[in-house]
Amino acid sequence: MTVQSVSTQSLPLPARNGEVSGLRNALRYLRRNRQLAIGLGILVFLILFSGIGFFLVDKNTAYALGAPAGKAPSWEHPFGTDGQGRELLAVAVFGIWETLRIGFIAGLIGLGFGSFLGFSSAFFGGWYDVVVRWVVDVLLTVPGLLILVVIASTLDNKSFTLTRMALIIALTAWMGPARTVRAQVLTMRERPYVMMARLNGMNSWGIIFRELVPNLLPYLGASLVGSVTGAIFATVGLAGLGLGPLREPTIGVTIYWAMGQNALLRGMWWWLMMPILTTILMFVMLFLVSAGLDELANPRVRKTI
Amino acid sequence: MSLSYLLRRILLVFLIIWSAATLNFFIPKITPRNPLREKLMEQASRSGYIPPGFEEMVKSYEKKFGLDQPVWKQYLTYMNDMAHFNLGYSISNFPKTVPELIGQAIWWTIGLLTATTLISFFLGTLLGALMAWSRSSFIFRQVVPSLLVLGAVPPFIVGLLLIYLVAFKWQLLPLGGAYDTTNLPTWDISFFLDILKHSILPALAFILTTAGGWAIGMRGMMVTVQGEDYMTFAEAKGLKNWRLFYKYAVRNALLPQITGLAISFSYIVGGSVLVESVFRYPGLGSLLATAIRQLDYFLIYGIVFILIVAIGIAMFIVDLIYPLLDPRIAYEGK
Repeated sequence: MTVQSVSTQSLPLPARNGEVSGLRNALRYLRRNRQLAIGLGILVFLILFSGIGFFLVDKNTAYALGAPAGKAPSWEHPFGTDGQGRELLAVAVFGIWETLRIGFIAGLIGLGFGSFLGFSSAFFGGWYDVVVRWVVDVLLTVPGLLILVVIASTLDNKSFTLTRMALIIALTAWMGPARTVRAQVLTMRERPYVMMARLNGMNSWGIIFRELVPNLLPYLGASLVGSVTGAIFATVGLAGLGLGPLREPTIGVTIYWAMGQNALLRGMWWWLMMPILTTILMFVMLFLVSAGLDELANPRVRKTI
Repeated sequence: MSLSYLLRRILLVFLIIWSAATLNFFIPKITPRNPLREKLMEQASRSGYIPPGFEEMVKSYEKKFGLDQPVWKQYLTYMNDMAHFNLGYSISNFPKTVPELIGQAIWWTIGLLTATTLISFFLGTLLGALMAWSRSSFIFRQVVPSLLVLGAVPPFIVGLLLIYLVAFKWQLLPLGGAYDTTNLPTWDISFFLDILKHSILPALAFILTTAGGWAIGMRGMMVTVQGEDYMTFAEAKGLKNWRLFYKYAVRNALLPQITGLAISFSYIVGGSVLVESVFRYPGLGSLLATAIRQLDYFLIYGIVFILIVAIGIAMFIVDLIYPLLDPRIAYEGK
């Protein structure tokens, strides 16, 4: 492992001199960073699966009574149909799309708000920093899922749309990015190139946007993946507990109905298999992308997974 | 142990518990729903018509529950109740109070989580140490790392997979529950074995998904420690391999793992709620799932509150153990 890492370390990072032929360099980097490549590959596959699926399946069949109930996987029903008459292929097409959408909306909002807090508290310090740090520390120890359970249980199901669910989940997605960004800015603030810029008379905003943000990008990417992972866990978990829009065909809702309607005791293993396999695919994808971004962010940490 | 360290830790626990209680108080207040009106409406619509004095009825109940008081006064009363663990009555199991129901369920959760967290922590840490150790066998250096990807999947999904494979397809272990319903709870060995048999799958779902995280952390620290000068020196002295491994490498790499343990409680408890409900294990997670299905608000808030208090206390205990293991913290500030 050590021999390999030395040889790859001495190669220049394409992200740094990527202006010349960005795409080719990116592809060459992906060949070396296999985790990132496989992760992004799965992501593209999932998006294509949903994107192409939109044109091939009828959305009505993803809702209850839209298809014959309880059919095992066959040529006609590739993923089978559930006990309430949903075509599980259609549920997978819409469920994957909605789950990823909720994850990215909540993750992006969380990243935006979190990095703003982390950035400002590291940069300005003082009382503001102390307060932000304590709030983040306290909220990080409280499981986001439990906060969301309290919030979601007070909303009625009628006014509960998937987009609203994404916004609520975003409430618990900002603490991680805030902590990461704060720690990174604190170390970067003391780096020689920032001192140099300051000595050259660059103002605070110039330093933030010209010097700090570009160097933070890989960390921001990794934080985004972290928040998206948390958000997807939250949406699948909340729906699995029976909170949120239970009529919509999502992955978590399918788990809820499959468990509540005793899919296994009724012998309908495919009802449970679709949500299990799609969730595993999504989380493995996020894990690989995050490990790959980690390597991009600090090439000295080599992971052999 | 330095005083400022202790004070900081106590303040943190206090803030965690306080924010949990405050959350439970304010979130229901800012939503447009009015559980009292909804319940009365439900009763009224069952009898077929809304009585003429309905609004007065809602008002009088609000007065009875103290809801006509200013918010700060309600908040103080509420905080006083929380401090005495006076969590109210369960709506769906009426004569029973929330603490009663929680008291029945909490021991299952504590038992399952303590056992699995400890097993996962030690197993993962050991695997991670062996993965980084240059003298360990091929299996640890090549095969085990590929299993770490399991850590990416939430525990309850792995739980569902285990239910399907082990309990449904191969029929080796029960599908769920904590003990056979035909088996009356008695304090003998067969009942104990029954409980053990039922808890294997939920425990496995946890261990498989969390051990990888411990292994990754430990491997990272072991790589750093192995580069230290004292390791080279110890090796040059000709110390035995196991002594180098345990007394020099593992002992020093272990400390950040303990910090990680304190931080991970929130993830463990959050994950356990779903694992329990998937396995119908009679702990707090399943109770929470039932409470959500029956819209039993007081029970939901009570469980969330107790779980957060438990996390705070568990973290505090780990924080107290930590200085005993790391002399650098114990003497700081003296």
